[in-house]
Amino acid sequence: MRFSVGLKDGLPIGLGYFAVSFSFGIAGAKFLSWPLVTFISMTNLTSAGQFAGLQIMANASGTLIEMAIASFFINLRYSLMAISLSQNVAPSFTTAKRLLLSTGITDEIYALAMAQKEKVTARYFLGLMVLPYLGWSCGTLCGSICGEVLPSVVTNALGVALYGMFIAIVVPQMKVSRPVFVACLIAIVLSFCFKFLPVLNSVSVGFAIIICAVVASLVCALIFPVKAEEGSR
Amino acid sequence: MNLHTYSLYLLVMAGVTYLLRAVPFVLLKKEIQSPFWKSFLTYIPYTVLSSMTVPYIFYATESTLSAVIALATAVVFSLLGRGLVLVAVAACVAVLLVDGLIF
Repeated sequence: MRFSVGLKDGLPIGLGYFAVSFSFGIAGAKFLSWPLVTFISMTNLTSAGQFAGLQIMANASGTLIEMAIASFFINLRYSLMAISLSQNVAPSFTTAKRLLLSTGITDEIYALAMAQKEKVTARYFLGLMVLPYLGWSCGTLCGSICGEVLPSVVTNALGVALYGMFIAIVVPQMKVSRPVFVACLIAIVLSFCFKFLPVLNSVSVGFAIIICAVVASLVCALIFPVKAEEGSR
Repeated sequence: MNLHTYSLYLLVMAGVTYLLRAVPFVLLKKEIQSPFWKSFLTYIPYTVLSSMTVPYIFYATESTLSAVIALATAVVFSLLGRGLVLVAVAACVAVLLVDGLIF
């Protein structure tokens, strides 16, 4: 489990992250300067969380409490991944190393690390997260600089990349899992309600997303509790 | 947005995100047993992404038409089993074609 092996395994993730974070950079450049947008990516490394965070910042109506709650619920899945990853790492993966490298727990890096037959070492995990981290940061940097110069037709088109990635994550799961399908359907219907119904549409975007996601997930957790094995991802 | 406000938002966002990863990674060695909470956590990423995409994608482009076509393109490509990058690129191209050529 060497560093160089991890580096190689992380290359495709890094390329994908570059493309997607490019569109995050564009979205951010609409109201933040490029160093500030890039710094968000360098300190967070989370697509959905950053995107929601950006919306909360952009509306200026969003409070810090809202930011904390939104970040909490959107990124809660990382806790689940961290728990499951912690049972699959080598004893040499000490507490200090865990504190340093836990930022690398993202959907894709986690999935690759768990796919390893051997116990994951800190060296391998570091190698695995280097290129995705660079791809994510550099993509945001390039996107936020281009966002300031490119015409809006082009930046809007590129901005859709992030939604495209969300769709690419959700749709295949909706196809194979009826509970996920129902959960997403409920979330979408609620999301429409918060956008268009009176009273509900006065709720800020950040809270609306949290409420939609939590209510839909709670309802489906009640109707369709996952079997032991399925819950690991 | 001034630098002070930005810093506070960033601190909260990055802090919460980091702690969510680091705390369980360091402290918890056991898996969650409750099927209810396991299910809840399983559904959360998908419901978050769904409610963030629809209806907001409809306002992300120059015209609602291009957004609808981008959504449809992305869904079709996903159903065909294409990867993240290809789906994202296909959605972008769809918007460029509709907004760039028609309007």
